[in-house]
Amino acid sequence: MSVATMLAPAVAANAPPPVLEVTDFSVEFRTRSGVVRALDRVAFSVGRGETVALVGESGSGKSVTAYALLGLLDAAGRITGGSAVLEGMELTTASPAALSAIRGKRAAMIFQNPRAALNPIRSVGKQIGDVLRRHAGLGARAAAAGAVEMLRAVGIPDPQRRASAYPFELSGGMCQRVMIAIAVATRPALLIADEPTTGLDVTTQAVVMDIMQKLAAETGMATILITHDLALAAERSGRIAVMHAGHIVEDAPTRTLLLNPRHPYTRRLLAATSTAAGNLSDLRSIPGSLPDLRRDDLPPCRFAARCDRRLPACDQPMVWHDLEPHHRIACWNPA
Amino acid sequence: MSGQIGNQPTPPEAEGPLLLDVAEVSKRFPTGKKGWFSGNSRSLVHAVDDVSLTLARGETLGLVGESGCGKSTLVRLLARLTDPTSGSIRFGTRELSAIPAKDFAKDPDRARIQIVFQDAGESINPRFTAADAIADPLRQLQGLSGETLRRKVEEAATLCGLPLELLARFPHQLSGGQRARVGIARAIGPRPDLLVLDEPTAALDVSVQVTILQLLVTLRESLGMSYVFVSHDLNVVRLLCDRVVVMYLGRIVEVGPARAVFDAPLHPYTRGLVAAVPRLDGVRADALRLVGDPKSPIDPDPNACRFHGRCPIGTDRCGVEMPALRRFDGGRQAACHYAEAAPA
Repeated sequence: MSVATMLAPAVAANAPPPVLEVTDFSVEFRTRSGVVRALDRVAFSVGRGETVALVGESGSGKSVTAYALLGLLDAAGRITGGSAVLEGMELTTASPAALSAIRGKRAAMIFQNPRAALNPIRSVGKQIGDVLRRHAGLGARAAAAGAVEMLRAVGIPDPQRRASAYPFELSGGMCQRVMIAIAVATRPALLIADEPTTGLDVTTQAVVMDIMQKLAAETGMATILITHDLALAAERSGRIAVMHAGHIVEDAPTRTLLLNPRHPYTRRLLAATSTAAGNLSDLRSIPGSLPDLRRDDLPPCRFAARCDRRLPACDQPMVWHDLEPHHRIACWNPA
Repeated sequence: MSGQIGNQPTPPEAEGPLLLDVAEVSKRFPTGKKGWFSGNSRSLVHAVDDVSLTLARGETLGLVGESGCGKSTLVRLLARLTDPTSGSIRFGTRELSAIPAKDFAKDPDRARIQIVFQDAGESINPRFTAADAIADPLRQLQGLSGETLRRKVEEAATLCGLPLELLARFPHQLSGGQRARVGIARAIGPRPDLLVLDEPTAALDVSVQVTILQLLVTLRESLGMSYVFVSHDLNVVRLLCDRVVVMYLGRIVEVGPARAVFDAPLHPYTRGLVAAVPRLDGVRADALRLVGDPKSPIDPDPNACRFHGRCPIGTDRCGVEMPALRRFDGGRQAACHYAEAAPA
């Protein structure tokens, strides 16, 4: 086995146990054209009140990680190894019923397109109330009052009236706030936000992210922020885990990752981000594309074919190592 | 200038340096509902209200603002896909606003204004191959066929960095970046003078986005086109555009050189917009937040600033006196009574 399995995750001694600890987590999809190895030995942890961002290009496995953790993979996908422990409970071997009891209660998720995720023919107040009745055991009256309270908590003006509104009557930003209200209504230990602000205006994005941060600070909720926007991750997370083709290639505190990126892919990603550039000519695209994850001869380092720092050593089995405490990387020749 | 127009991007006519001169253009849509107390007059959505702008040859003009601010309606007006309620749109030496959109579709000048739509995967007919998609405007607008058409299609594809062996593929067989190239190749095929780009990179990953933006710069220079570039992404606008127009609820609130506008915005709305853009150096504690939603665009108060009520520096004056677009140093304009009070 690789060194990675022997190394303990980067957690300081006698720190409280993380809310979620994922180790060697692998997921495959069986398709007609072969087995897609979508996640390979993914490892990260999220502490109380902490926000960890998963960033990477589309197809890098960010969303699959979230869906697999909550047992929402479709029939073709299965977890092939590793473990994911949420508040002491192993998720990978949990029964569907046990996962169903956790989802929406201890671990909640908000999705990219709030209008599609909400029920179009139920008022938003009722949809929030549903969660409170199912998971908090409230009666109809208490749930309705709780729903108004939650709408107030996510900063929706005139919550009493808005509770009876349908999703189509609300703007995209309001719908996303309703989604957040549904997700946090039961005070979950873990919130997974999958591209929560994609498709929203920047002004709305800022407001929605402020609300999520405030709730996390108040309730000690751990947050996984899935985004393709490195600048958003930079502003809103304490740690960033960079994903590429089903691997976490670099995982470090946000400032460290931005100021001292060590994995060639992280550096490439930063060089392609328009936020930092003074001129268009300063931007560099990343050569090549993600490898086909169905291939049998998938190289150990899935970035190798796109990498300009490749060495013969890169053909050895992939190893994750800590460059320093809390800065983990999967590279034989870090920059 | 119908038929075989050849490679000349612009006929060397006695045209001024301005390619596009838009003056006081408005577009209103009736809402269908009659107000109870308004007698026979229908309520109107003021989608674009009294907008004036110019575009020089070879210039790239950015258009930014929140969703619902009228960007898309303005783009449709500029591309003459819809008719303005009032105002003038001069393209080169020709006044286009009086030509109904339906007639303009058959006009020889149709080929000179082309659009690249947001998501090429959605905007290309799924039953067209890449070659069909690129050939379509050449066939429809310039009547090309046979060998000439094939040559033109291949030429456009090559200019856009699309390998010729991909031309036989259908959109679902292409990657996002390749689809974006097809969308651009289709638009530049007829060699337009004006290319309207509606969020051309919104659906792309950063690494692909960079190559598409760089392609657009190359094409602008080699083909001598002017761009109107609509985007949510202020960073991209800052990098690609010479000048930028900021819209709010159908009206222009600020115009100026892109860098100047983003580095030191004059209008409080622009300041809020710029402050909301995430930055790699982390969140600023004093970041300005625009809370609330824009007012309704239906029958807005003609005497009040559209931003009034959401504006952090507004006063009672803003509720009774609509600010006009005023000129400032450095070729800038802003529509705010208190633009001078802008903090550095």
